[in-house]
Amino acid sequence: MFFKENLVLALESLRSNKMRAFLTMLGIIIGIASVIAIISVGDSLSSSITTEMQGIGTNNFRINVREKDSNVGNPRDPRANIMGSSASAEDEDLITPEMLEAFQEQFKDQVAAISLTESVGSGQVKDERLYANVAVSGVNPGYLQVNNVELLSGRFINDRDTAGRKSVAVVSDKLVNNIFGKSVNPIGQEIKFYEAGEIKTYIIVGVYKHSESAMFIGASSSSEKDTQTSMYIPITLAKQSKTIKNYSNATIMSNTNVDADQFTKDIKEFFAKYYEKNPKWEVSTINMASQIEMASSMLSTISLAIAIIAAISLLVGGIGVMNIMLVSVTERTREIGTRKALGAKNFHIRMQFITEAMIIALVGGLIGLVLGLLLGMLGSKLLGAAPSFSIPTILLTVTFSMAIGVFFGYYPANKAAQLDPIDALRYE
Amino acid sequence: MIEVKSLEKKYFIGTPNELLVLDNVNLKIEDGEFVALVGASGSGKSTFMNIVGALDRPTSGEYAIDGVPVHSMTQNELSDIRGKKIGFVFQSFNLMGRSNALKNVELPMLYAGVSLKERARRAKELLELVGMGDRIHHLPNELSGGQKQRVAIARSLVNDPSIILADEPTGALDSKTGDMVMDIFKKVHKEKKKTILVITHSMEVAQMTQRIITIRDGRILSDVPNTPMA
Repeated sequence: MFFKENLVLALESLRSNKMRAFLTMLGIIIGIASVIAIISVGDSLSSSITTEMQGIGTNNFRINVREKDSNVGNPRDPRANIMGSSASAEDEDLITPEMLEAFQEQFKDQVAAISLTESVGSGQVKDERLYANVAVSGVNPGYLQVNNVELLSGRFINDRDTAGRKSVAVVSDKLVNNIFGKSVNPIGQEIKFYEAGEIKTYIIVGVYKHSESAMFIGASSSSEKDTQTSMYIPITLAKQSKTIKNYSNATIMSNTNVDADQFTKDIKEFFAKYYEKNPKWEVSTINMASQIEMASSMLSTISLAIAIIAAISLLVGGIGVMNIMLVSVTERTREIGTRKALGAKNFHIRMQFITEAMIIALVGGLIGLVLGLLLGMLGSKLLGAAPSFSIPTILLTVTFSMAIGVFFGYYPANKAAQLDPIDALRYE
Repeated sequence: MIEVKSLEKKYFIGTPNELLVLDNVNLKIEDGEFVALVGASGSGKSTFMNIVGALDRPTSGEYAIDGVPVHSMTQNELSDIRGKKIGFVFQSFNLMGRSNALKNVELPMLYAGVSLKERARRAKELLELVGMGDRIHHLPNELSGGQKQRVAIARSLVNDPSIILADEPTGALDSKTGDMVMDIFKKVHKEKKKTILVITHSMEVAQMTQRIITIRDGRILSDVPNTPMA
């Protein structure tokens, strides 16, 4: 019952000092808003990264050829290393199909599949006025399993296709929609691929489901119809026109029961044999699971750093509340004296001022919460991740801002409670 | 009934100096008396009022309200006594500026733990009594000085105290308004049979009461019955 009275008093006091209350709250608003924004952006980022990476597969081990003694460059993009270095790797420096076969033979209990890709280029598949944008990749049969490609109909590139360099292609359901519509069975149909004035003909053997990548770079502005999808052709066909016949990288997918750390070592040792005598090049191994770990630990480090800054802001906000409450107590000394003369106990006065401090902090916290949610939503949107809010975080924030009020309001409230009624009544 | 026996109040302003503000004061005020305590500033009347109002404790001596000894009470017990046994009326009204007349009158009942409904009922009744029944929703700054003091009188009465302590209740008012406020006290005295102690430096005000106690240099100089002017 008494709490309700104090609440009314606190709100009245806020209303009569709007500007002051707002300025006091500002520290808490900024603190809470940044905490909420950071947490929600961080949450949505890490969940989208995790799903993205899990889509790639945690059992995947990426191997690529890189320059010895070089730690520069993004290890995930081996081409950056090779192209960017003063010397480029020759065919004999790269991973040969024989190496991979030997590897698969030696570790046949651990290896589930090996994926090889060769980017060919991008262009359009056209049929008179109909078209679809595609990026053509040469792949081996192992690509399907390693990259979680979901086949809708037909089959994927198989060993016979690669061995025979057959002009076959696996295309996306989007392409099928653009070129054939829904009524025609695309399997067995011929498509014409136009690239830089050249026309190549392929026969569709399979259709896969195109999944909109959640990766933020994919948040493109192009319309639905113009979306570029991948078209897969046999890797041997893709290599045909290239001077470099071996591979600068490959992805090895292990069986699920394989110990990732041990397997990484095994891969390193295996390929080290081939590169012992190579003066410039070696093979490096990256495991997706460790990538996820790295990414999320980096993310949480950044979050922690910003959270500490936010905590400092909250501390400053809390001190602001304490400051304004001290001013308020001084201003209202006579009021306190009168209340005591009318029978208020120290407890009543203390509760009144603690409630007031709590309300300032709580209102600030709520404004900060709304602001933080909006910022979080905006931030997630800008980064292309789905916004995520956790109810516990929100509840925790509200509780925490109230706790700030109580904590920083206690000292001024206690000071008010301890005032001598005679002195307080005489105060001008 | 209030009873004061050999009351002493000393202030220590650094040894060997001690200031004796109240010196062996003995006093008894029966229920239903209307008393004026007169003295110049520095006479000790404010200190006396603080002790009688349970705002301060004496250095030595006894003080009892309705036979209950007050002089040795703890802070919290004094708060209770102030809330329930004493009604204060101040020179500068001391109303809560952000609360309307009704809420101001309800305040002492809030601290005394009276229920919400009962608070509103009693507050309205007493505001009617002091002639403020039509202004219960006005804020203090919408009221004149005399009206504020009437609200304050209503406030002093809400917990049905044993004694009303009025410290210079007309001090901030012009004489006409002051007379009107004193009339209210007379009415309260007559209708509610309340013990009223008015502290004043004005003999004119004192003449309106039934008993005049004069205090000087911390001692009671005279204590005489008075026939109030009509």
